[in-house]
Amino acid sequence: MKLKVPVEITINGKSCSGEVEPRQLLVHFIRENAGLTGTKVGCDTSQCGTCTVVLDGSTAKACTVLTVQASGSSVTTIEGFADGANLHPLQEAFWNNHALQCGFCTPGMIIAADAILRNNPSPTREEIRQGLEGNICRCTGYQNIVRAVEQAAETMGGG
Amino acid sequence: MYPANTTYHRAGSVAEAVQLLADNEGAKVLAGGHSLIPAMKLRLAAPQALVDIGHIAALRGISLEGGSLVIGALTNFATIASSELVQANAPVLAEATGVVGDPAVRNRGTIGGNVSHGDPASDPPTALTALGATYNVSGPGGERSIAASDFPTGLLENALQDNEILTGVSVPALAPGSGSAYVKFPHPASRYAVVGVAAIVASQGGSCSSASVVIGGVETTPTRASSVEAALVGSDLGNDALDAAAAAVAGDFTGDPMSDIFASDEYRRAMAAVYLRRALGIAASRAG
Ligand SMILES: Cc1cc2nc3c(=O)[nH]c(=O)nc-3n(C[C@H](O)[C@H](O)[C@H](O)COP(=O)(O)OP(=O)(O)OC[C@H]3O[C@@H](n4cnc5c(N)ncnc54)[C@H](O)[C@@H]3O)c2cc1C
Ligand code: FES
Ligand code: FES
Repeated sequence: MKLKVPVEITINGKSCSGEVEPRQLLVHFIRENAGLTGTKVGCDTSQCGTCTVVLDGSTAKACTVLTVQASGSSVTTIEGFADGANLHPLQEAFWNNHALQCGFCTPGMIIAADAILRNNPSPTREEIRQGLEGNICRCTGYQNIVRAVEQAAETMGGG
Repeated sequence: MYPANTTYHRAGSVAEAVQLLADNEGAKVLAGGHSLIPAMKLRLAAPQALVDIGHIAALRGISLEGGSLVIGALTNFATIASSELVQANAPVLAEATGVVGDPAVRNRGTIGGNVSHGDPASDPPTALTALGATYNVSGPGGERSIAASDFPTGLLENALQDNEILTGVSVPALAPGSGSAYVKFPHPASRYAVVGVAAIVASQGGSCSSASVVIGGVETTPTRASSVEAALVGSDLGNDALDAAAAAVAGDFTGDPMSDIFASDEYRRAMAAVYLRRALGIAASRAG
C-alpha cells in the first residue's frame, strides 16, 4: 500500500504542498503542515464548528474533509482575514462587542459569520442565529456574537 | 481521531470510477465524506481504498427535463435548497435539504451520498420517496434506474450492486394545485431527524384527489403511510379530516423499528403522529 500521496492546496493565496497519508484530515494539514494554528480542533465530530474554513468559496468543517479531497483547491483560514495590522470588520466587531471569552470558537464563528454576510449583507437576528447553527460557543451565551455580526454587517455596508 | 489508513484514487469520470471500484478490492466511493469520514473515524468503516467521485463535474447540477427534475448525485444540499427550479417543482425537497445539519454540512454533503448511505435519520430520502423519485445508477452492466421506495433494503443497506454508482435522482414535478410540507423533529444535539414527515396533497373542487405521505426515522427505512393517504383522499382536508388521517398512522408501522438512548420506538411513533398532523396542516393550507 502506497502510504503517502502528494497534495497541493492554496491556503490564503499561498501554495502549500506536501506528502500526506490519505487518511489525514484537512484540519491537520492546515495546522501541522502549513503551520497555521488559528484553525482549531474541538469536537472532531463535525458538531462544534471551530475547525470551519472556506473551501473553494464555501464553508466546510475541516475535521470532516480529507486533505487529499482538497488537493487542487483553495482554502481561506482565519489567518487570511486581517489585512496586515488592519483587522477585518468582523474581527473588529467581535473585539468591540466582547464576542469572545476564551476565543476557541472565534475562528470558526468569524468564518461562519462571513459566509452569512456574503450571502445576505443585512441579515436579521434570526438569520444570524440560523447561520451560526453549526458553531458552538461554550463561553459567551451567543448574545454578543450575534451583536458583533450585526455591527459588522453595518460597517461592511449592509445592516 | 484518525481513520484507518487507506489508498486514495480520484476519478475523472463515472466510467473511471466504476473501473477503479472494480480494480481495488475493498474500495468505497467517497463523495462529500460527511457520513463516510465520521464512520471511518469511529472505525465503523475501514475501506481499503477510497474512490473519490467528488471532482466529477458532470455529476453536479440541476435541470428540468420532460417534466422531471434531474439532480446530479454530487449536488450539495445548499444548492438544492436554494434552487429556484427545485423550489418551484419539488418544494418539499427544497425544505428537506434545507434542514439537513447546519450550513457547513449543507455545503459538503451530497444528495447521492445521503441517499446511498441510507441513514434512517436522514431527511432527503423521506421527501424523495414521497415525491416518487427514481435513482439513476451506472455500473459495470450499464445504466438502470431504481424507484426511491425500492432503494433502501434495510438499515444502511441499499439496492446498489457491486461497483455501481448512483449518478443522480429524477424527481417528477408536483402537479399544479398540490401542497406539500416537510416537518422535522431534529435531535437536539446532532440535528439529524428523530422523526421527519413529508406530506403532499392535491385538492380538486374542495376534495382531496391524491395524497403521498412518507415518514422517516421511525423504522429502518422510510415508511409509506398508506392508511393516512387512504383517509385523506376524498376528504375535504379540513381539521377533522386531518386529525382522523393522522390518527390512522398507527397501523402503518409494520417494518423494523428504530430505537436508541434518546428516543424509544414508542416515543418515535408518538412523535410521528404529532409531526404528521403538523405536516398535513401545512400541506393542506398550501394546496388548491
Ligand atoms: C454534523 C452533521 C450533521 C448532519 N445532519 C444531518 C441531518 O440533519 N439530516 C441528514 O439527512 N443528514 C445529516 N448529515 C449527513 C450528511 O447529510 C451527509 O453528507 C450525507 O448523509 C452523506 O453524503 P456525502 O456526500 O457526504 O457522502 P459520503 O460520506 O461521501 O458517502 C456516504 C456513503 O455513501 C456512499 N456513496 C456516496 N456517494 C455515492 C454515490 N454517488 N454512489 C454510490 N455510493 C455513494 C459512500 O461509499 C458511503 O458509503 C449530517 C452530517 C454531519 C456530519
Ligand atoms: S472540530 Fe470540526 S466541527 Fe468540531
Ligand atoms: S469564546 Fe470560549 S468557546 Fe466561544
